[in-house]
Amino acid sequence: MGERPALVVVGNGMAACRLLEELNRLTPSRYRITVIGDEPGGGYNRVMLSPLLAGGTDEATLLTHPRAWYQERGIELITGTPVTRIDRTRRRVHTADGREFAYHRLVLATGAAPRSLPVPGADLNGVLGFRDLRDARHLLALPRCRVVVVGGGFLGLEAAEALLRRGHSVTLVHGRSHLLNQQLDAVAGARLQRDLQQRGLAFVLGQRPAALEDDGHGKVAAVRLTDGRRLPADVVVQAIGIVPRAQLARDCGLAVGARGIRVDDTLQTFDPRIYAIGECVEHRGRTFGLVAPLFEQARVCASHLAELGHRRYRFEGTVTRLKIAGIDVLSAGDFEGEGEVITVQDPAGGYRRLLLRDGRLAGLVLYGDVSDGPFYERLWREGRDLGALRLTLPFGAAACGDVAA
Amino acid sequence: MRQTIPHAGEPVRSTCPYCGVGCGLISDGDNLRGDPDHPANRGRLCVKGSSLLETLGEHGRLLSPRIGDRTVSWERALDEVAERFRRVIDEHGPDAVALYVSGQLLTEDYYVANKLMKGFIGSANIDTNSRLCMSSAVVAHKRAFGEDVVPGCYQDLELADLVVLTGSNTAWAHPIVYQRLAAEKKRRPAMKIVVIDPRRTATCDLADLHLPIRPGQDVALFNGLLAWLDQHQAVDRAYLEAHTRGFDATLAQARDGLGSWSGLAAQLGLAQADLECFYQWFAATGRTVTLFSQGINQARNGTDQGNAIINAHLATGRVGRPGAGPFSITGQPNAMGGREVGGLANQLAVHLELDNPAHHQAVADFWGAPALARRPGLMAVDLFRAIEAGTVKAVWIIATNPVDSLPEADRVRAALRACDTVVVSDCVSDTDTLECADIALPALAWGEKDGTVTNSERVISRQRSFLAAPGEARPDWWALCQVAKRLGFADAFDYRHPAQIFREYAAMTGLARRFGKCLDLTAAAALTDSGYQQWTPRRWPFGESERCFSDARFSTADGRARLIPCAPPPAECRSAELPLTLNSGRLRDQWHTMTRTGRAPMLFSHRDEPFVEIAPRTAARFGLEQGGYARVRSAAGEALVKVRFDDGLAEQALFMPLHWTDRFTGRARVDALVPALTDPHSGQPAFKHTPAMIQPWQPRWHGLLLGAMAAPAVDYWARVPVDAHHWRYQLAGQAMPDETTFMAWLPEAEHWLSLDDSAAGHHRRVALDRHNRIIAWLALAPEPVHANLEWLAGCLAQPVADGQRAGLLLGDPGDGGVDLGVVVCTCFQVREGQLRAAVEQGARTVSELGLSCRAGTNCGSCIPELKRFVAD
Repeated sequence: MGERPALVVVGNGMAACRLLEELNRLTPSRYRITVIGDEPGGGYNRVMLSPLLAGGTDEATLLTHPRAWYQERGIELITGTPVTRIDRTRRRVHTADGREFAYHRLVLATGAAPRSLPVPGADLNGVLGFRDLRDARHLLALPRCRVVVVGGGFLGLEAAEALLRRGHSVTLVHGRSHLLNQQLDAVAGARLQRDLQQRGLAFVLGQRPAALEDDGHGKVAAVRLTDGRRLPADVVVQAIGIVPRAQLARDCGLAVGARGIRVDDTLQTFDPRIYAIGECVEHRGRTFGLVAPLFEQARVCASHLAELGHRRYRFEGTVTRLKIAGIDVLSAGDFEGEGEVITVQDPAGGYRRLLLRDGRLAGLVLYGDVSDGPFYERLWREGRDLGALRLTLPFGAAACGDVAA
Repeated sequence: MRQTIPHAGEPVRSTCPYCGVGCGLISDGDNLRGDPDHPANRGRLCVKGSSLLETLGEHGRLLSPRIGDRTVSWERALDEVAERFRRVIDEHGPDAVALYVSGQLLTEDYYVANKLMKGFIGSANIDTNSRLCMSSAVVAHKRAFGEDVVPGCYQDLELADLVVLTGSNTAWAHPIVYQRLAAEKKRRPAMKIVVIDPRRTATCDLADLHLPIRPGQDVALFNGLLAWLDQHQAVDRAYLEAHTRGFDATLAQARDGLGSWSGLAAQLGLAQADLECFYQWFAATGRTVTLFSQGINQARNGTDQGNAIINAHLATGRVGRPGAGPFSITGQPNAMGGREVGGLANQLAVHLELDNPAHHQAVADFWGAPALARRPGLMAVDLFRAIEAGTVKAVWIIATNPVDSLPEADRVRAALRACDTVVVSDCVSDTDTLECADIALPALAWGEKDGTVTNSERVISRQRSFLAAPGEARPDWWALCQVAKRLGFADAFDYRHPAQIFREYAAMTGLARRFGKCLDLTAAAALTDSGYQQWTPRRWPFGESERCFSDARFSTADGRARLIPCAPPPAECRSAELPLTLNSGRLRDQWHTMTRTGRAPMLFSHRDEPFVEIAPRTAARFGLEQGGYARVRSAAGEALVKVRFDDGLAEQALFMPLHWTDRFTGRARVDALVPALTDPHSGQPAFKHTPAMIQPWQPRWHGLLLGAMAAPAVDYWARVPVDAHHWRYQLAGQAMPDETTFMAWLPEAEHWLSLDDSAAGHHRRVALDRHNRIIAWLALAPEPVHANLEWLAGCLAQPVADGQRAGLLLGDPGDGGVDLGVVVCTCFQVREGQLRAAVEQGARTVSELGLSCRAGTNCGSCIPELKRFVAD
């Protein structure tokens, strides 16, 4: 057996780890694999950062791929030094510490960076992100203080609720008129806000920060809002979205779209030796922030690297759930577009919004009671004609005679 | 809650307040059973009687007098009534005031009302809803016998070898009489039962022969019978010659125009063999009873129809004999008592006549009456016409609901609304008639009233009170006496106890006896108060034969009965616009305008929405669907009801129940459709033959609504009580209501559960109060709304459990409960599905069904329907 081809994976996040697992399953010894990660340790479950911050779990539980895992599989893991350049002509990857790694195949799994507030003062001390383990540790170490979380998406809400649990005084600023506006309609957003307010979280909706104020020592002192209001803050957590990290790709001449690294249905980039997966990619105009499509991309990519070549990546809508203890929210598909809307409201129980298009479930929001989530998810994925179930549909599997459960 | 009177706890014997059978019952206010010692029922009770306790309670009662919308004291209200009556009498004479009373009144109430109006106010303008019920039979009796007397008794039905039931759905309208008959038929299968009815009713279940006669042909049928009897030498010549007059003229009339028997059969719409079978049986059977009721009486020639029946009995000498006689059965609990005291505009008192000077003098003397009326007053239909015309300016309506029960009922309502003074005495607070009242007086209800009633076999029984009067409710006789005193007649109306009134009335029947009448209660004239209290059911005339006219001595001046020539009415002509004939009648589980049965949720399980029945083939012709909606139209009015197929109806026939009022549905008062055509002799309206048209009505939305709310203003609504405080509404309409509209139907609530699917037209709401109790439930949909009604009803006013919330909006607990269909046995709430299951498990007879699921083992009213299950 001659020298094995080299596979270099840039990035050691969840997409990368899943790719390694898939490859290991399909063809454990085809490649000599090197993984180069920014972060200091092994692979961990980023999704669990919110529960970690909320005190529902610990770091050890988060760690999915300790160094030993790589060792046992003969994978070289390089950490703590970022990749600075890709030389596609010579098929070399250069790292900050001056090393270079030759590849036969290269996978970019560089992930995404938190979007920074585009306002004066965003670089002050005390202005944090909530993206990786380092951020989480930083937030866990905060003394009791006043926190302003900017961004009412999943991450911002989870961070805010977790910080509230830690005893901080937390105000969440969200630029839109209702929370989770990507995942929820206004009614569910208002329910969520009400439930979180009851827990003690303060909200400012429909406002954006105009500036972050300096305390005179380079540390943030307050958030100045667009309407002029001033929210005193010892810490500001930015959770206004992510930006695919595509600079490496751009620099080496790969096709990069408005947002991410362009890939085809096999996750291949413009350069056939280079693949890209995860939050850094742009597939058919779409970027990704949730774990399910990342895993699917890893699976497809692995099958091609394994030269099985029998899979294509197709975006499938994702069911999203909020990870805040005691608040169940489920959202899927298109729930606010054209179509026929069915809503069920119970102030003390659940809220449901189903959007039907051509008699088929196009999207849904469940708030409070998500027990019928799997039932609806199946109907939604199958695109089943629901004419006959129209009346009982909003009442879930049991009322529908369990047709799909 | 019900309040029982101090001596309560003791079971009290009383009389059922529903139909004219007059069953005895025993109750302590908490339990109720049939009185085993009462001669009418010997312990049996029908479903209505059995559920009487469910109709009690203070909710919905009229508890204090009102003038307009103001609650006032009795003093104030009585002053107002007396003042207004006095003013009208002074300015316009006594004929400008009127009383309109009811077969629901006790004899004592009736007696006082009659005495006040005829004897002291000086007008005979006192009529009664009995006018609508059996006044044709009254006139028929008077014409034939010289006195309004039912000669026989219920036992005759058990002694007869042939029982002819005509114009009577006995099984539903007089269930205990029917059950006695059914028991005898079972014991003695050889006895023959013939049912003459255009409809194949539940009563036909017992029939050896059903004659589905064309409506309005009874005179032709019984004239034909008379001719047949004569032709077959079956008339009793000796009896006719010794005891009657008029046979020859009557026979001549009967033969007039009579061709062949086949021609007659065709005219009647019957098979010739069936017609001849009936005639043969009648001719051959000495012990024959002909029981007749509203189907005979409620016709433009109701009196002639009654006499045609009596003619056949007189011609065969079958009157007042064991197991033989014509038998008019009344609809109301005390129609007979009213007839006896004379509470009708064309009678004087105690079977005496207004136009007989000797009678007049005797009554004037007895009462010491200063102004005893000399001419007949206005009978019901004419009375309300006079109110409409403004010639009667003040009317006092007691215990009846003419806005629903009179023909051309919308006109009656308009007349009352325009009338200067309408006084209404009622025990409930909300009736279509009370809505027209200027002054409302709270009356006692059954269970609180104390007095006597007479049933259809002349048995006088006590209605006793075992419940305290709620609020300020008072006896009707008391209110009448109070007004009489204010009008200046204190001496003649100084009654303190119903026993005093009864004694006076009993004494007064001595006048009847003096003029050769059967009515004679004089033996009770000296009754003590405790004797009155302990009165046991007794048939008048006391101490003599069970039957009247057994000796063939009649109450006419010459002691002979009269056969009355009866000409058949001109043939009914249907128009192209109104090609159908609308019949009306009672249901098994409801009573009159539902003021009492409408309080018992159980009694709606048999039929819960207003409907029209139609034969399937006719329905197909008019584009109607089973369970759909129909507009029924006549020259007088219109109704919007559900459609029920009934293949027991003839081709051109429609049937609507008489019970639904504006309190229970939007537009289904059948009497609003009935034209005010009356019998020329009795003034009784023809309720059974209304020319009508039907057409389908297709709603675009349906709704189901539960809660304590008033009826929403929608095209169709019908409601049933769920309990003392909540209703269940069925709704339907054309334009789908928007959210603002339907939310206005619902109460203020703390929390709402909701479902909205605007594209599909589905909307649901559950309203919760701050204790999380369910206060209202609404579902709207383009299709009829299905829900587990029983479960939902049980949820009302209860806190909602967490696991229930989704099921609550759905209207079903989701425990896999299956719809068992409608309730067949009301007593034990046995549903169709349970009966079918019992049959599958091997039940082959009605009694096996009873063993299996108890159906039919209490009141037995459902047995005709149970038979269908074992027969299928």
